[in-house]
Amino acid sequence: MAALTKKTALRIYETMIRIRRFEVRAIELFQAGELPGFLHACIGQEAVAAGVCAHLGDADQITSTHRGHGHMVAKGLKYEGMFAELYARSTGYCKGKGGSMHIADQDLGVLGANGIVGGGIPIAAGAALGIQLQGRKDVVVSFFGDGASNEGAFHEGINIAALWRLPVVFVCENNGFAESTPRSNHQTVRDIADRAKAYGIPGVAVDGMDPAAVFEVAGEAITRARKGQGPSLIEARTMRFLGHYVGDPGTAYGHDREVVKWKKRDPIPAFGKFLEKRKWIGPKKEDELRDRIERELDKAIDFARKSPEPGPQDAMTDIYASI
Amino acid sequence: MREILYRDAIIEALDEEMRRDESVFLLGEDIAEFGGSYKTTVGLFEKYGKERVRNTPISEQGIVGATLGAALMGMRPVAELMYIDFTGVAMDQIVNQVAKVRYMFGGKAKTALVLRTQGGAGRSSAAQHAQSLEAWFVHVPGLKVVMPSTAHDAKGLLKSAVRDDDPVMFIEHKLLYLEKGPVPEEDYTIPLGVAEVKREGRDITIVATSSMVGKSLAAADELEAEGISCEVVDPRTLFPLDRETILNSVKKTGRCLITHEAVQRCGWGAEIAATLAREAFDYLDAPIERVCGMETPVPFAPKLESHVIPDKDDVIAGVRAVISGL
Ligand SMILES: Cc1ncc(C[n+]2csc(CCOP(=O)(O)OP(=O)(O)O)c2C)c(N)n1
Repeated sequence: MAALTKKTALRIYETMIRIRRFEVRAIELFQAGELPGFLHACIGQEAVAAGVCAHLGDADQITSTHRGHGHMVAKGLKYEGMFAELYARSTGYCKGKGGSMHIADQDLGVLGANGIVGGGIPIAAGAALGIQLQGRKDVVVSFFGDGASNEGAFHEGINIAALWRLPVVFVCENNGFAESTPRSNHQTVRDIADRAKAYGIPGVAVDGMDPAAVFEVAGEAITRARKGQGPSLIEARTMRFLGHYVGDPGTAYGHDREVVKWKKRDPIPAFGKFLEKRKWIGPKKEDELRDRIERELDKAIDFARKSPEPGPQDAMTDIYASI
Repeated sequence: MREILYRDAIIEALDEEMRRDESVFLLGEDIAEFGGSYKTTVGLFEKYGKERVRNTPISEQGIVGATLGAALMGMRPVAELMYIDFTGVAMDQIVNQVAKVRYMFGGKAKTALVLRTQGGAGRSSAAQHAQSLEAWFVHVPGLKVVMPSTAHDAKGLLKSAVRDDDPVMFIEHKLLYLEKGPVPEEDYTIPLGVAEVKREGRDITIVATSSMVGKSLAAADELEAEGISCEVVDPRTLFPLDRETILNSVKKTGRCLITHEAVQRCGWGAEIAATLAREAFDYLDAPIERVCGMETPVPFAPKLESHVIPDKDDVIAGVRAVISGL
């Protein structure tokens, strides 16, 4: 397995910070009443998106979930288009028609966040089928939660992918909760990775708070997929640090207690220390990086605020290619 | 009379029916300690425990199948499907199983069950969390479909739905949960298949469902000032349908506007319009008008969303068009 190089490590670190800061700023704006709808923040889970997507190029594809901002940032989507979408502006990735739960960008291989739990899993298999039929070397990664692994779509999608040896990697972000339901209350299997056995594909559990570990495991699965050896299932054990949606205190179902110990394992400071130890980053570079990200965020938010809103003339567009 | 929230009326109905009949139990995603995504089961887990207020995995097909299976054993399950949009995941169980087993098995199977869900736009929830899909279910013989517009109706109809021996799709509206209305303290039920005239009028009948009832009543208030007298009829149950009440009203007023939040094309209103065109043809003084959702998925942007969803002003404009013959 290829070792984590300095360059990749720094990129993963930057990606995690980019995700975290996007979420923090989005939450502030949401709480200030600037953003409509609702938000599901992925703070705490950054290492999974960053570690997996470090292997992906623009032609590789992902499917995502209601908690998808991190996947989008990691796949290279721009802050401008993302904020504009959260602000429901015409300049957003979906022209203000999709919102937080439906960000997508086909040019950068993002087949969409999804409001239907599990909805992306069979779509990922299908995208991998398309890639296979076209003889491309690209791969698809499908992100979803532990809760989604109880939907028929999970089982059907993975079985089809296994049957046809499709170039897809299924990444379950096991954060221990499905909305208010702790995992002990929604499935009996100890390791979600074990479900891979039912489809005759490799399944591996990994510490989702450790981006280096995620990077390594994802690398193996993605390499297999690129070589035509079929799909894998990765279970990344992680934790959302906030409630299910912004505004959910998480107190009604024990999340607030559970999260305390996970916060001690916050992947960003931990990985920062790892980089510092290797002298791959120092305080000056870190400050520069964070400043740059913050300035980008300021610019993107400003862009979104100043962007035009869709109007009545946009209501009946984009429904069909032609009628 | 005391006033309570629509969502509390739902809780009271469930509570009273669970107390009355031990075979009634609840299942659904996040309905136990959490009290449901829209807080329509708060307090019931504490009262009835985890056997009768059951959290389920995110497995809509499994939920509906388990609901049917338990009903076949003589239980009276009430399932909650968090959003009507998610019925898509469970459609085989709803349409091919729940709706069919009584008929296919020669009328012998027990299918006393309720599938509670909620639909509707208005919270910028976008295309997969804001649909109005009631017509799908009205179209399937074997299902009953209820759509309450007030706290009072929600409670009385839900109690009837639980006692009914047929499968009932009970469709609430997410914007109505926080609306208050008068609800008697004493036990009452509202029979399925009975419409209510929510306001009497002379010039035009507005047939409205769910969230459009309140908007139509507000429209009627404004139109009254212009000298247009509107009668507002709420069918409350889309199937079985109280044709009598609607027909009598239209025969009296001679005009009709039908309004629902669901898109117009093949909407439930089309059924009403067809019925009136045949049964009340000689009484109609003007073409039947429909004020419905625009034929698009529901957009995220709030301004677009309110543009595609009919509001009070759309109803007023529709009524004026019918009255003026434009
Ligand atoms: C088919 C479907 N059922 C239910 C929901 C409501 N819902 C949205 S997110 C969620 C929990 C998802 O849990 P999980 O898959 O573990 O992802 P997490 O939220 O933990 O990231 C639920 C129940 C939905 N959006 N779609």
